[in-house]
Amino acid sequence: MATPRTLLTVDDVRVEFSTRRGKALVLNGVSFEARAGETLCIVGESGCGKSMTALTVLGLVPQPPGRVSGGRVLFGDEDLLQASPERLRAVRGNRISMIFQEPMTSLNPVFTVGEQIAESLRLHAGLDRKAAHLRAVEMLRQVGIPAPERRVDEYPHQLSGGMRQRVMIAMALACRPDILIADEPTTALDVTVQAQIFDLLRELQAERGTAIVLITHDMGAVAEMADRVIVMYAGRVIEQGTAAEVLGRPQHPYTQGLIACLPELGSSQHGERRELAEIAGVVPSLWELGSGCAFRERCPSAHARCAEDVPPMFDAPLPGQPGHAAACWLLAEAAVAKAEEAAA
Amino acid sequence: MTNLIPFPHMPAPAEPPPPVLLSVTDLKVHFPRPRSGLMARPEVVRAVDGVNFEVRRGTTLAVVGESGSGKTTTALAVMRLAPITAGSVRLGLTDLSLLGDEAMRQARRRVQMIFQDPYSSLNPRQRVGDAVRAPLDLMGIGTKAERAARVDELFAAVGLRPEQQHLFPHQFSGGQRQRINIARALATNPELVVCDEPVSALDIAIRAQILNLLARLQRELGLTYLFISHDMAVVEHICDEIAVMYLGQIVERAPRQAFFARPLHPYSAALMSAVPTVQGGRTRAAQRIRLVGDPPSPIDPPAGCRFAGRCPAAGPGCEAPQVLREMQPGHWVACHRVTRVDGQPVGPLQMPAAA
Repeated sequence: MATPRTLLTVDDVRVEFSTRRGKALVLNGVSFEARAGETLCIVGESGCGKSMTALTVLGLVPQPPGRVSGGRVLFGDEDLLQASPERLRAVRGNRISMIFQEPMTSLNPVFTVGEQIAESLRLHAGLDRKAAHLRAVEMLRQVGIPAPERRVDEYPHQLSGGMRQRVMIAMALACRPDILIADEPTTALDVTVQAQIFDLLRELQAERGTAIVLITHDMGAVAEMADRVIVMYAGRVIEQGTAAEVLGRPQHPYTQGLIACLPELGSSQHGERRELAEIAGVVPSLWELGSGCAFRERCPSAHARCAEDVPPMFDAPLPGQPGHAAACWLLAEAAVAKAEEAAA
Repeated sequence: MTNLIPFPHMPAPAEPPPPVLLSVTDLKVHFPRPRSGLMARPEVVRAVDGVNFEVRRGTTLAVVGESGSGKTTTALAVMRLAPITAGSVRLGLTDLSLLGDEAMRQARRRVQMIFQDPYSSLNPRQRVGDAVRAPLDLMGIGTKAERAARVDELFAAVGLRPEQQHLFPHQFSGGQRQRINIARALATNPELVVCDEPVSALDIAIRAQILNLLARLQRELGLTYLFISHDMAVVEHICDEIAVMYLGQIVERAPRQAFFARPLHPYSAALMSAVPTVQGGRTRAAQRIRLVGDPPSPIDPPAGCRFAGRCPAAGPGCEAPQVLREMQPGHWVACHRVTRVDGQPVGPLQMPAAA
């Protein structure tokens, strides 16, 4: 199979926030690609910058106090960071859509769900009121809402959480976007409903070749949805690769820790109850990063070099896995050896 | 209780099982709703509708279920923080549902609660040391010096430094705040601790720290937990027994190992199969038991099996009310389609192969 078409390239993006405590680098050189028909998962804990990455792509960073201080977001040949507000409005909700975490607060309570879906169709696709209404009904049917002819005229409070998230998805997909960014779309939902939403996203992707960027902290969801993964920590990408590689053979001590500390289903069937592995300490605040690797205080393998320089991305020392890389000095030696071998 | 078939999770038969600490019998919590019209029938939300369970001293019973299943209302009713419509909640020999206000206030020494949200459950203007001491002050336990010593002891027990007592909640991370909440819950030396989704609001790296802390405190202090959660992996890790709730009723109750080896109720099987796992990935997702629709309203629940409308295995007989039947010692299930084959109980829906 040929490599899927790259739809979005995020290249070395930096975002800083000015606060009373000084400048905080919320995103510090974030790079990734979203490809047609693929799902990219962005994983990390609160405050690692995963949601801010999504907001940056859509030009929604609150400025001030925020400021995009570097990098490019290429959509086709166009750098969205340089685009005018009018141009961004034409792209947002049309070519690039977003699903937010909280379906209750992201829907407008005083308009029917049909009106809210139809709005983007009238704006972007130029449909008239009647045609947009019919498309809205069709969209609700596609996302699996029963009796869409009736539901289309209901208000958000009349729907359950799962139904509201389906409405959000219908809104996001109404204009058939090339890229769908979903920020923790199922965190507020029950697992059986989450399963339905994931099925729906997969089906729509298979049908239309949409590139999905899924932001999550749930490693199980990553295993189920992702083709490729980036792991973020304190505003940087610290590991990237295919989902199978990153989850199966994590290279960064942080990624290893995140996977090891999860309670897994089936634990009761393997003898004695064990303590869960822990990652000691807490995420450092963005003002206290200083030099060196941001994870070093919590890292079981930290050594002198980790305090001096920020590690760049090194290829994983695994045979034949291009694209799997992690920002950790432990990989430096192996990477040098591999490069020498290649040169020899 | 007869103990003919030894259970792998239980201690050797020579040791009698620990005595029951909490015993909930036919608990109902109904909330009346205002009439929707002059001629309309008054409506009642049946949040908890006939629930029975026991928790043995020093063990953990996990109550799982999805939003609206009544698991949190059950926990609140045990704490007498939700009005009990019918039934009894017995702690040891005391029936909490019959106590008057002052007697209940005194009984709260013995039952304490850890809430889900570590942010809203602490007063932002109260120093955290004072928050942890508050239950002792309110109950009039010990002298001032004894209370201060107890707070020091509690801070050490949950892994905080004593000088941190003078700080305010906003100076702590979510995980540290949950440690403070745990310290406060333990202040009066309770026998039963009701944990309502205690790790759901925490980052995954912090969850493991708090789960390990709860397990250690249980071992050291002999605590009994009623653990409310929707996260099956967390529950499997921490519980001794599990009860699955659906629309106000328990549909399955079993010891940990028996349940997770073979959930019998179709809803339990569907719930388990919906959990995404790192090992299972897409293979597991593809084999998942698919549910359609949403749970029915607790205002006018179906007369028969409450899950039948969404159940892939529903058939004749499901329109009759379902009662819990004991299919194996300690393993109860409310589904008439669960049968016994070669002495082993078999549910109508099979879980996808374990990943």
